[in-house]
Amino acid sequence: MSNVLVFFDELGEALTPAQKELIAQAAALGEVHIAVAAYDGDPTPVLAVNGVQEVYLPEVSLPAPEVAIVDLLETSVAESGALVVLGSSTADATDALARLAVRLDTGLICGAGSISADLVVTKSELAGSYTTTSQLVSAATPAQPLVVTFKPNNIDPQRVATLVTDGEQPEVNVLPVRPSVGGVQIEERTAMEVSARPALAEARIVVAGGRGTDGDFTPLEELADELGAGLGASRAATDAGWIEHAAQVGQTGVTVSPQLYISAGISGAVHQRAGMQTAGTIVAINKDEDAQVFEIADFGVVGDLHEVIPQMIEELRRRKG
Amino acid sequence: MGPAALPEIAIHATMDISDTAQISRVRREHHMVNAPLHIITLVKWVPDAQLERRYNAEGRIDRSEGVLSELDEYPLEAALQIKEAAPDREIRVTALTMGPAGASTAAKKALQIGADDAYQLTDDDLIGADIWATSVALKAAVETVTGAAEFDSGEPEYLVLTGMASEEGESGALPAQLAERLGAHVVTYATGLDFEAERLVVTRSGGTESQRVAVTMPAVVSVTDQVNDPRYPNFKAIMAAKKKPLTRFTLADVGLQREHVEPKVRVVTTQARPPRTAGEIITDEGDAGVKIVEFLAKERLL
Repeated sequence: MSNVLVFFDELGEALTPAQKELIAQAAALGEVHIAVAAYDGDPTPVLAVNGVQEVYLPEVSLPAPEVAIVDLLETSVAESGALVVLGSSTADATDALARLAVRLDTGLICGAGSISADLVVTKSELAGSYTTTSQLVSAATPAQPLVVTFKPNNIDPQRVATLVTDGEQPEVNVLPVRPSVGGVQIEERTAMEVSARPALAEARIVVAGGRGTDGDFTPLEELADELGAGLGASRAATDAGWIEHAAQVGQTGVTVSPQLYISAGISGAVHQRAGMQTAGTIVAINKDEDAQVFEIADFGVVGDLHEVIPQMIEELRRRKG
Repeated sequence: MGPAALPEIAIHATMDISDTAQISRVRREHHMVNAPLHIITLVKWVPDAQLERRYNAEGRIDRSEGVLSELDEYPLEAALQIKEAAPDREIRVTALTMGPAGASTAAKKALQIGADDAYQLTDDDLIGADIWATSVALKAAVETVTGAAEFDSGEPEYLVLTGMASEEGESGALPAQLAERLGAHVVTYATGLDFEAERLVVTRSGGTESQRVAVTMPAVVSVTDQVNDPRYPNFKAIMAAKKKPLTRFTLADVGLQREHVEPKVRVVTTQARPPRTAGEIITDEGDAGVKIVEFLAKERLL
């Protein structure tokens, strides 16, 4: 067993599903230490989880892209004696961990799905068409910890719930790290609207719409809410301004790997498929029987989503009813 | 107006006496604002995502064929827009690529789109480079390229622009590693850029918030596909590109040897996933909504 350092670039009032997953990944490897960059008030109660021993905080909250986050991480690695550093594969976490890997002169593996006890990392490559395993060249005698970023949704939430349970409050170490001056300055911050629906990348079910919605996402929203699903879209729909860009599923948007992906009115070109083809089950609805999405759908309906989806909602309600 | 005109003349006379100092001060200020800018755009030659991409027996992505990464057209367009918006400033747009012989295609395409010159770092010792080794090599290449460039109007500042991620690796970690090595500032995933006199103001989304972040040079900035609409090279641009310089260099040319770029991470196994196959496809006869729900229930997905 070795010590593991988990990095959270920000911590809110509760752990997100992705953060719980990271703790679960870490707990399987050894004693969990957590470094938090941006936080409000006292973050320790949120981190009172079994297996979490130590928490490292900067003197003041460090919202990304604050460069001093790398100093925090470097010091936390030294304090924790970690043999592996884990974080999420989001932009801000990746930036900080990528810089950390340069400082430590060590290897970085991005977008992992899982990690074994001997620090072999399994990940999905080339838009889900390959699975690879990789490790440090010096894995037998590592001089420095391996740095790994993880995609969310790789562990079943029920399993996460059994692995991540309430525990004692961890020991808190406030490290002498302060914000940097000059160079990179955040001039304006606007909180994005938080949807009541599950975050797209983390959702177990995703309902996504494209050109075929003709700009009306109401039926998809209703279906998403009926299923407790995240709401996504094709690039055609986000480019048309029918839905916010953050909803874009695809190579240049969000990559999702849910248990169930319901594609409605999306042709399923390569760029879209790259963002969703590792889904467990794909259901597709499209008016065009030649739509590419049918090539990868487990269940497909050639039909009008404006008729099919309301009927689905009705049937789901009847069954619940 | 006679008497009132006198002080004006007097002031003018005073200026005449010290005009040398005045003018040199003005020139210095002018120089500060308009220091030349060298924009290095990183472009990558990648396997075409529209075609089947695969790993070879050595556990490396097959790079026998490729295209200029679509994601790298955005930083190139951003660089050209910065240059075109400041006609009184000496700005050079250099395209830099690292990759096998075929990668010269990416460099040439960048010249056609509008880069002023291009560099290609090619070396057999770079085959199998991981993120760590790639950032080592690109740091040396950026320094070599900026060191070699001559500007007429003074010492240039430099800005490295990249795409949001490589199309095949998809890590998005290179900009931060490169910046760390160069001692440059870094801002990633820009969805908007405003170039001001001495800084770049970047719009980006950071986790749960939208941010405007100001960054001074030298900087490494990655841009997403939301930042602009890349131009297509026209015939005139394609012809003009033939006259633009494309320089090839090796690791030794940028002051590195094999041991400097030995990867830290190695791929142990690669396994092609069985391709997804089509399942049951039905045509809606008025009951498809019910049938989908039945399918979901059968698969225990509800």
